Amino acid sequence: MIDLRSLSFRYRQEWVLKEISLRIEKGEFIGVIGPNGSGKSTFLKILCRLLSPQEGDILLDTVPLKEMTQREIAKKIAIVPQEAYSLFPFRVIEIVLMGRSPYLGHLLFEGSKDLEMVKRAMDWTGILSIGERYMDELSGGERKRVFIARALAQEPEIILLDEPTANLDIHHQVDFLHLIVSLNRDRGLTIVMASHDLNIASEYCDRLILLQEGRIYKMGSPRDVITRETIEAVYGCRVWVDENPISGMPRITLLKRGREGSGA
Amino acid sequence: MNILTLKKVLTVSLVLTFFVILVLLFSLMVGSVRVSPGRTIQVLYQFFLGHGETEMEMERTIILSLRLPRALLAGMVGAGLSVSGAIFQALLRNPLADPYILGVSSGSAVGAILAILLGFGSLSFGLPFASFVGALLTIGVVFYFGKQEGRMHPNILLLAGVITGSFLSAIIMFFLSISQKEELHTILFWLMGDFSFANPQSVLIILPYLAGGFGVLYRRSRHLNLILSGEENAHQLGVDVERLKILSYLCASLITAASVSLCGLIGFVGLIIPHSARLLFGPDHRLLLPAASLIGASFLILCDTLARTLLSPVELPVGVITAAFGGPFFIYLLRKRKGVKTL
Repeated sequence: MIDLRSLSFRYRQEWVLKEISLRIEKGEFIGVIGPNGSGKSTFLKILCRLLSPQEGDILLDTVPLKEMTQREIAKKIAIVPQEAYSLFPFRVIEIVLMGRSPYLGHLLFEGSKDLEMVKRAMDWTGILSIGERYMDELSGGERKRVFIARALAQEPEIILLDEPTANLDIHHQVDFLHLIVSLNRDRGLTIVMASHDLNIASEYCDRLILLQEGRIYKMGSPRDVITRETIEAVYGCRVWVDENPISGMPRITLLKRGREGSGA
Repeated sequence: MNILTLKKVLTVSLVLTFFVILVLLFSLMVGSVRVSPGRTIQVLYQFFLGHGETEMEMERTIILSLRLPRALLAGMVGAGLSVSGAIFQALLRNPLADPYILGVSSGSAVGAILAILLGFGSLSFGLPFASFVGALLTIGVVFYFGKQEGRMHPNILLLAGVITGSFLSAIIMFFLSISQKEELHTILFWLMGDFSFANPQSVLIILPYLAGGFGVLYRRSRHLNLILSGEENAHQLGVDVERLKILSYLCASLITAASVSLCGLIGFVGLIIPHSARLLFGPDHRLLLPAASLIGASFLILCDTLARTLLSPVELPVGVITAAFGGPFFIYLLRKRKGVKTL
C-alpha cells in the first residue's frame, strides 16, 4: 500500500531520517518506536507529506506521493495530531466537519452526505452525545476521540497517530486503544502509531519499527524487536524483558540505575 | 445536529442588514437640523429613483451631501475594520490583534502628517492619497521583513509589524513636536479618527477595497477556520496555507489602508467588534465575517452620529465615542458569554 524507497530527510544541516526503506501493507497495525529525537514524528509527517523528503520516494498504491495534491493525499491518509488547540473554541461537530474539507474544495458549506459521514465517524468513536459541546470543555480523552472522528471523516485508508496515549490515564489508554484496534480489525484501516510506551506498542501492534538516530535499527514482530539487547542498545538504559503472563507478548520492566537486576 | 448552513448565514445577514438600515436612517434624521422620518425616506426615495426638484431644498442638501456620504463612509469603515480585525486575529493567532497591529495605521499617519505639514493636505484629496501611500509602503516593508525562508510565520510577522509600527510612531512624535498649533489640531483630530471630510467620492474610493477584499476573504472563510487550530492542521486537510496567509494579510491590510486614509485612526472597532461577533455567533468565519462587518457598520454609524450630536455644535472625534461606549458593551458581552454560548 505504501512503499518507502531509501528516504532521507533533513530540516537544515543534519539528517533526521536516513535511507528509510520499508513497505506498509493494507490493514497492518504498525508501531513506530525509538528514543526522543529518533525521528518518529518526522516519519509520520513525511507519510502525509506535511514534510517532503530531500531524497528517496514514497509510493502510495504505486503513485508517487509528491505527484499528488494535498487534497488527494488527505482523502487517503489522515493524521491525528498530539494536541491541537484552537485560538477560539469550536464545537465538537464543527471540528469533525473540518475532516470533510478535502472533499469540499472551494465549496463553503457541507452537504447532507458530509453530515452523514461525520455522524457515522462520531458514532464509531462514541462522541455523538457530545457533538454540541465546546472543545475547551472536554477532557483529554474526549478531545482525542474528536480528532480520531475528524480523521475518520476524511474517509482515509490509513490513519497516522502521533503519541496518542500520552497524557491519558490507564483507563482512557485502554479505551482508546480498543477503539483503534476495532478500527483496524473491523473497518480495515491501516494504522501507523508513534509511541513512547513500549508495552503498549508490544501489546497492540502487528509490527514494530524501531528507529535510532533516523535509521531503522530493527523492524519486525514485537517478539523480534522488543528484546533486552535491542532495547538496551537503542535506549541506553537497563531494562528487564519477560512475557506478559496474559497475552504472551514481550513486556518491559524498567530497572533503577545502579542496580544490576538484569544479572548482566 | 445543529450545523452552519447557507440559510443561517443569509438569515443572520438579513437581520443585521435591516439593523444597519435602521441606524443609517436614524443618523440621517438627527443633527443640528432635525428631519422627520417620513421626509428622510421621501428624500432618499426621490434621490435613488431620480425624481426631480422638490420644495425641501435645505433638508435635501443636508441629507444627501452631508449626512448620507458621512454615514455610508462610517458604515463601510466600520465593516472594513471589523473584517480586517477578525482576519488579523486568525492570521496572527492572537486575540489582541487588531487592524493596526502590523503598523499600517502608523505608516498611513506618517503619510497624512507629511501632507498636512507640507501643505498639500487638501483634506479631500491630498491627505488621503499621501496617507494611502504611507500605508502601502508599510504593508510592503512588514511583508518583506515578516517572511523567513520564504514562509510567513505569525510571530515573526507580528514582531516585524510591531517594530515597524514603533519606528513610525517615533517619526509621528517627532513631527508632532515640531508642528505649529494650527496644524497640530488637524493632526490630532485625524489621529483620533474623523469623518467630517466625508464626501461622495470617499465612499466610491473605499467601496472597491471593501467589496473586493471581503469577496476574496469570504471565498476562503472555511479554510480560515482550519488555520485557527494550527497551520499543520490546515495543511494536512488540503489547504494551501502559505497562499491563504499571504492573501489574508494583503486583503486585510488593504482594507485597513483604504479605511484609515479616508478617516484617520479610529481605534477599538477592529478589536472588539470581531470579538463581540464571535461571542454572539461563534468563531466560524463563514458566519463571523458577514456578522462582524454588519455589526461593525451599525456600530460605527451610531458612534459617529453620537460624535457629531452629543455636544453639538462641537464635534467630538469618533474615536472617543467608540472607546467610551464600545468598552462597557464588550465587558457586558464577556460577562454574558456562558449564557450566549449555547445559542
